[in-house]
Amino acid sequence: MRIVRILSLAAALGAVALAPAIAEEEISYPKQKWSFDGPFGTFDRAAAQRGSQVFNAVCSNCHSLKQAYYRDLKGIGLENEAITAIAAGFNVPTVADDGSNAERPARPSDHFRSPFANEKAARSANGGALPPDLSVIVKARDGGADYIYALLTGYGEAPSSMKMGDGMNYNKAFTGNQIGMPRPLNDGQVEYADGTKATTEQMAKDVVTFLSYIANPEMEARKRLGVKLVLFLVLMTGVTYAVKRKVWADVDH
Amino acid sequence: MAGLHKSEFANPVVNWIDTRLPIFTMMQKEYGVFPTPKNFNYFWNFGALAMINLVIMIATGIFLAMNYTPHVSMAFDSVERIMRDVNYGWLLRYVHANGASMFFIVTYIHIFRGLYYGSYKAPRELLWMIGVVILLVMMATAFMGYVLPWGQMSYWGATVITNLFSAIPVVGESVVTWLWGGFSVDNPTLNRFFSLHFLLPFVLVGVVFLHVAALHITGSNNPLGIDVKSPQDTLPFHPYYTMKDSVGICVYLLVFAALVFFAPNLFMAAENYIPANPLVTPSEIVPEWYFLPFYAILRSVPSKLGGVLLMFGAIAVLFVLPWLDTSPVRSSKFRPIYRNFFWVLLVAVVVLGLVGAHRPEGVWVVLGRLATFYYFFHFLILLPVLGKLERPLPLPESISRPVMAGGGGPLPGGAAAKPMEKI
Ligand code: HEC
Ligand code: HEM
Repeated sequence: MRIVRILSLAAALGAVALAPAIAEEEISYPKQKWSFDGPFGTFDRAAAQRGSQVFNAVCSNCHSLKQAYYRDLKGIGLENEAITAIAAGFNVPTVADDGSNAERPARPSDHFRSPFANEKAARSANGGALPPDLSVIVKARDGGADYIYALLTGYGEAPSSMKMGDGMNYNKAFTGNQIGMPRPLNDGQVEYADGTKATTEQMAKDVVTFLSYIANPEMEARKRLGVKLVLFLVLMTGVTYAVKRKVWADVDH
Repeated sequence: MAGLHKSEFANPVVNWIDTRLPIFTMMQKEYGVFPTPKNFNYFWNFGALAMINLVIMIATGIFLAMNYTPHVSMAFDSVERIMRDVNYGWLLRYVHANGASMFFIVTYIHIFRGLYYGSYKAPRELLWMIGVVILLVMMATAFMGYVLPWGQMSYWGATVITNLFSAIPVVGESVVTWLWGGFSVDNPTLNRFFSLHFLLPFVLVGVVFLHVAALHITGSNNPLGIDVKSPQDTLPFHPYYTMKDSVGICVYLLVFAALVFFAPNLFMAAENYIPANPLVTPSEIVPEWYFLPFYAILRSVPSKLGGVLLMFGAIAVLFVLPWLDTSPVRSSKFRPIYRNFFWVLLVAVVVLGLVGAHRPEGVWVVLGRLATFYYFFHFLILLPVLGKLERPLPLPESISRPVMAGGGGPLPGGAAAKPMEKI
């Protein structure tokens, strides 16, 4: 009867192994190398700063980042003065002394400015499509950073057999291959202060690094604490096991 | 009889309290000198681990609740605020969210331990049934907790699951409206789920107390499944099992920490980082992993009512398991046939979990039905019949003499039908 057990275990392993193969047409994205991968990974400061430049210059025209504050840019190594200057470049709504609606330059303590007052405004400016908030977009899509990168670099000519919807753009990473977002990144679109060449791929990589930071601002602190805690627990496990052995040494079991 | 307790503690303060309220004597009796079988393996750690897990959930939950806002227009943002702006809020939330997964991992291992070693058999039937109640309350708690962050899966999961009650004939629709507090999952639903999610863990504490109280009446089962016969078979709980449990706790915390600090979103659906939107249905609505086997059973029946009944039936059979299994022998070690079917059951449940994670199409439908069939076949047909047919291996005389000197030889014929031992 041992054979039954072996067979059933084999069946279980088989099922687990086959599952991905049987699973439906899931699109997979080429795995990129990210500075923040792995238990010791950190955000590449230079890339994240370049990425914030791309976000502020390009994406922020259509996308909000409403969970994040300008002050969060400190976490990618920007100085207070630089942050104040970046924030001041955007106007946020306020109420004037006479009670009328007005605008004022943003401060580091403000949330990133939302480009549209509401969903209707956002849709009507984008041909009916709604640009999603990007605060946690890296966590909100299967494939995470790899997917966003594939999306930003996935534009191209639609195959002639494909009937494109009105105002839709071909993108090989997007479900259904038709996306309402026009190609946002083109070579040389921004000029990097550090002299890095602003290719589409470079900008995509940088902005995804930035968005990964915005989605996981706690990541570096989390991993640092985690490494310490795991080392401590490994030690504790060893010590506890040794004590347990000693306590049990005289028991015949 | 009323009267002061005669305390034996030397410390005057402890003695004073103990004389009037003998909690120190009780702790000493139940966790200090408590006689515990000496042959536990590490599978006996998981009850203690579940208890620790419950404490962790309550501790993190209370601090989350201080910062969480149960309103449809603020819940999602308040959770993000916890993650970003509350000091160590990310730690609270990731521990709580992954703690739910750890809780189910630990509890499921604990349950399968019971299935393998026959811990549900006399005299531990009530202990086992209280355990099934714990499982049910845990499931309700986790389900309602998952609704709180108010992401897409929160909203649509709540919609799908509450809608199951509409399968009840005649009053189904009214029941669902009553559960929702309206005509769809909305703010009243979120509010009551928050209230219940806060309450149920404390109910759980009460039920766990009963579980442990019942355990300390019957005493623990053990890997041999035979009764304790003499003091030589046992060890005082402290220091032997306090130390052994400590080893388990360290390893458990290691796994937990690896999850929280290095893969905190491993078990979380990406979709739940999208704020709830009643106008957009996600392409696939998948419950948390720990519900997948039940979800698969639900979907393996083409009729809604049938599926719901079968799903609840999957838990109901556990409830009456002590009377379904007719074999008097507890441990699988001595049940050569049952032992194999235990593994088949485990495989069937894993397969159900996989089926639950996939769209009910093609091979998944077939697999789901086969595994569902086996699940019920195992409990309703196999266990009652097997107990009568199977010839158990010879049982050892006692825990301290597991290997019978001179080979005890097989039990006399018909032993299978006899109670396995008399005290
Ligand atoms: C001209 C406006 C516009 C700009 C500029 C823009 N987007 Fe978008 N974006 C949209 C719209 C509209 C959608 C919604 C598309 C849809 O749902 O079909 C969208 C969708 C997205 C999505 C979600 C895709 C999905 O899987 O649902 C991501 C990620 C994204 N944009 C990232 C970016 C980044 C990064 C930038 C800056 C480099 C950027 N966008 C610049 C308009 C814009
Ligand atoms: C049996 C113990 C418990 C279980 C199994 C459990 C389970 C869960 C789950 C699965 C979530 C959703 C996690 C997420 O994706 O964010 C959650 C959220 C939450 N729970 Fe619990 N919980 C338990 C105890 C408690 C207690 C005792 C409290 C409060 C006293 C509490 C308060 C909260 C709050 C405020 C949230 C929303 C914040 C968040 O989503 O992280 N929980 N719970």
